[in-house]
This record gives sequence, C-alpha cells and structure tokens, in this order.
Amino acid sequence: MEYLIQQLINGLTLGAIYGLIAIGYTMVYGIIGMINFAHGEVYMIGAFISIIAFTILGPFGFASPVLAIVIVLAVALIFTSVYGWAIERIAYRPLRGSFRLAPLISAIGVSIFLQNYVHMLQGAKMKPIQPVVRGGFVLAQEGNFVVQITYLQIGIIVATVALMAGFTYLIQRTSLGRAQRACEQDRKMAALLGVDVDRTISLTFVMGAALAAIAGLIFTLYYGAVDFFIGFLAGLKAFTAAVLGGIGSLPGAMLGGVLIGLIEAFWSAYFPIAYKDVAVFGILVVVLIFRPTGLLGRPDIEKV
Amino acid sequence: MSKAPLLSVKNVKTHYGPVEALRGVSLDVHEGEIVALIGANGAGKSTLLMTICGDPRASEGQIVYDGNDITQTPLHQMVRLGIAQSPEGRRIFPRMSVLENLQLGAFAGDPANFEADIARVFRLFPRLAERSSQRAGTMSGGEQQMLAIGRALMSRPRLLLLDEPSLGLAPLLVAQIFDTIREINRSEAVTVLLVEQNAYHALRLAHRGYVLVNGAIRLSGTGPELLANPDIQQAYLAGGKG
Ligand SMILES: Nc1ncnc2c1ncn2[C@@H]1O[C@H](COP(=O)(O)OP(=O)(O)O)[C@@H](O)[C@H]1O
Ligand SMILES: [Mg+2]
Repeated sequence: MEYLIQQLINGLTLGAIYGLIAIGYTMVYGIIGMINFAHGEVYMIGAFISIIAFTILGPFGFASPVLAIVIVLAVALIFTSVYGWAIERIAYRPLRGSFRLAPLISAIGVSIFLQNYVHMLQGAKMKPIQPVVRGGFVLAQEGNFVVQITYLQIGIIVATVALMAGFTYLIQRTSLGRAQRACEQDRKMAALLGVDVDRTISLTFVMGAALAAIAGLIFTLYYGAVDFFIGFLAGLKAFTAAVLGGIGSLPGAMLGGVLIGLIEAFWSAYFPIAYKDVAVFGILVVVLIFRPTGLLGRPDIEKV
Repeated sequence: MSKAPLLSVKNVKTHYGPVEALRGVSLDVHEGEIVALIGANGAGKSTLLMTICGDPRASEGQIVYDGNDITQTPLHQMVRLGIAQSPEGRRIFPRMSVLENLQLGAFAGDPANFEADIARVFRLFPRLAERSSQRAGTMSGGEQQMLAIGRALMSRPRLLLLDEPSLGLAPLLVAQIFDTIREINRSEAVTVLLVEQNAYHALRLAHRGYVLVNGAIRLSGTGPELLANPDIQQAYLAGGKG
C-alpha cells in the first residue's frame, strides 16, 4: 500500500511533465493540423536554458531557491518562446498551402537540427546541477520503506494544476482563446471576422513553447541533469499522451499526460522496468482500437 | 446620385489558377442602398463577394471603399473598415455555442458595445436568444442562417455582404429573413450588397440590381426595371416567385 502511494506521487509528477508538453502538440495540431515533431526539442531547449540559468545564478540560487526559480522561469519562458516562434516562422509558415507532408518533413528536420545544435554548443555529456529544492514530508513509514512527498513534487503538482486551469480558462473564455478555436474550425471565416490568422498561429506556438519551457524547468529541478537527447523520448511520450487523450483536445492532453506518467510509474514498480515503454505504447494501441479518436477526442459528427 | 459610392468595384478580374471566374466586373453600391446581385449557379457571385474582402485577390482592377483603395488590404482588416460578410455556406463555427459565434462577430469591435449589439441581434432574431448556449452545428439551417447574419451584424458594419441568405430555407422563413434585411437597412442604416439566386425576392427588396453572367455584368437597373425585363423574367423568374 505504501509503495502504491509512493508510485502514485511519482507518477503524477512525471505525468505533469508529459501533460505540459502534450498541450503544445495538441494545440498546434488543432490549429494547423500538423504534428510539430520539433516540440520535444523545444522542451529540451527549455530544460537547457533552465540549467544554464541556474548555473549562472550559482551559489546565490541555492541560497534563495524561490527567487532563483522565478528568475530562471522568466529566462526560460522568454528564450524558449522565441525558439517556438522562430520554428513556426522559418520552418512551417513558408510551407503552408504546400503538400500535406511538407511541414511534417520540415519538423523532423528542425528536430534533428536542434539536437545537433545543442549537442555542438553544449557537448554530449549530461549537465548536472545541485538540487535547488530540498526536503519534503514523510507521509508514512513501514519498516525501512518511507513514503515521502518532496516539496518539489508538491510544487510541481500544484503549479501544473494551476497552469492547466489557467490555460483552460484562456482557451475557453477569453477572446484570444476564441480566436484560436475559430482558426481551428475555419481560418478564412476567422479572418473575415477580424482575426489575424498568422499572428494567432504564432501565438499558439509561443504558448506551446512556454508550457514546454515550464516542463523543461520542472525536469531540470526534478532530475538535476540534462542532455541534448532528453527531448526525443519525452517528446514521443508527450505526443503519445496527446493521441491517447484525443489529439486536438486540451483536457485530453492533460489526461493523457497524467495517465502515461502513472502507467510508467506503476509498471516500473511491479514489472520489468525495461518494458515500461512497451507498456505505454501497448496501452495506446489498445485505446486507439476501441476509441480511434482517443479518450476525449471528438468524432467529427457535425460536418457542415 | 452625385455622392461617391460607398463601394466601387472597377473592372475586377479574379482567377482560380488558370480559370477566370470574374472577367472584368464593375459595380457601385451607394450608402444606404440595398443592391442585389443575381445570376445563375457558377456565375461568380460568391467569388465577387470574397474578392471584395480580399481572398481570392483581384488579379486586375480596383476595389474602392469609402474613398480608399482596398484592393490589397489584408482580409482581417476589412471588418475594421466596416465591411462584414455572411458568406456562402454560412460558415458558422459548428463546435462553438451560438453566443461564442456572436462574440467572434464582435472580435474586432469595442467590447463596450457588446451588450448593446447582442441585444440588437437578439431583438432581430429572438430565436438566437433562446438558443444562445446551443452548439451552433446542431441548429437547423434557418437558425444557422440567422446566426450567420447576426454574427456579421455584431461588428456594426457599414456595408453588409450577404451571400444567398435564403438558400435552403422554407418559404415562410425566406420571407422573414428578407423582412429582417429590409429592417437592418432601414432602421439601422446599413448598406447591403445581396447575392441571390432567388431573383424575385431579391429584386423586390433591392433598390438596384446587377445580373452576373459567366463572370461579367450583363444587365443592371432598378429593382422594378429588372423585374419587368423580359430576359430576366425568362432566365431567372421562370419558376414564378421561386
Ligand atoms: N475555390 C475555387 N477554386 C476553383 N474554382 C472555383 C473556386 N470557387 C469557385 N470556383 C469557380 O468559379 C466560378 C464561379 O463560382 P462562384 O463564385 O462560386 O459562383 P456563384 O456564387 O455565382 O454560384 C465557378 O465556375 C466555380 O466553379
Ligand atoms: Mg455562390
């Protein structure tokens, strides 16, 4: 039982990271109908910027963790958003209206480019930092086994829930969110109503990148080390999360992220850890067989 | 009419790839008018309304609105100039509520006007008030048409472009929509360019009309003139009051 609770906490933390990245996949898919395969790399860059910023802050950062995290967050948000914006502007927008696979191929190119670019600039070795946030609560103890939730995990889960609530509000209730959804459904009509479609698409990439930056910062804080390859698997998992939840659906991306985090944590706890990715993708396949549009995806019933 | 027209389309050509859909169209719409544009299916009516808004772009000619050349103005600026369109096929946002569709109609407007504007739309189309939280895609054709017109009105347009508002509606509803267009024009002082296949109703409502044939204007005149014209009677009014 104790072990179960511990894995639940670990799984939720992991799920928070996947969920935040998955939102970027699902929003971009919603608005321009393409899988942004470079999104995992945007997350990796967010993590790198975070770790570099922590390193520059140095000893000061570890004396005042909250302030340090706020500063690093601001830096990571700004720089990562610029990457997200630039990728769309340079690699996807010129291909809009081209054949369907063109932006997808371009995305794979961007992904490879960004990996190599970071590899070149930062080297292949893991970049570690000292733990920034230490300590936690002991929830239960049984013999040698301690169930603990760290302050960091509490922070991650609270921040993720708040972000997802805020984001849902933004998309569902604000004028910008309505404009984004309008572009998803009918770009030309949205433009006739005064929506600047190019700008709205840019903003969507910036939002996705900002959430990926936060996921990258969380990863940095949680695992304490980053290399140029972390975007690949995390991106794949988050993409899986988006598909599992129903690509295009915001709550779906969040749900998918949490589910995949939990599946991984529980699988690793009770079954051979080497097969945890097999389990994740196996469950994806099973869900898609029974619900081809994902858990919360909508079948397109009302075609006009 | 000595005053310069509100909208002036001058010798406009529009191409879809190699296909010339508009072959040098000219027409004027004066402030306060209802102008009907009639023509058979495929004549280029919808193309003309969309070309006025800038997508597709005119490949030749000029479009002047309120004294300014808008031939190259970006699509999303048109509504800020006062041009709103209820396009062919209605193009309501099916997965959004009626209210959200109307909010999008007011996207470019001053939020301070929103309450007054939505009250005005609900007064013209009480049905929309009843259905405000319904998903637009699940409404009937007539209701969707009301929504498309109401959404266009939310931007407080000076010039309203309506593409076949009567298409697919029951006769009673057609009469009601045309009454509403007249009311919008009279009491709200909105200038209307109305595209219709339903020539009888359109020409009775309009001050003036143009007949588009194969991408070119064939005839023009006042509503009564065109209604009395034997060619028009034969080509467009053959089915009686269609
Ligand atoms: N998107 C398009 N691509 C290619 N051809 C088009 C397109 N839209 C319309 N056309 C062609 O342009 C001509 C005029 O069409 P349209 O403006 O829709 O006519 P109307 O509204 O009078 O029925 C038709 O021959 C039609 O086939
Ligand atoms: Mg048409």
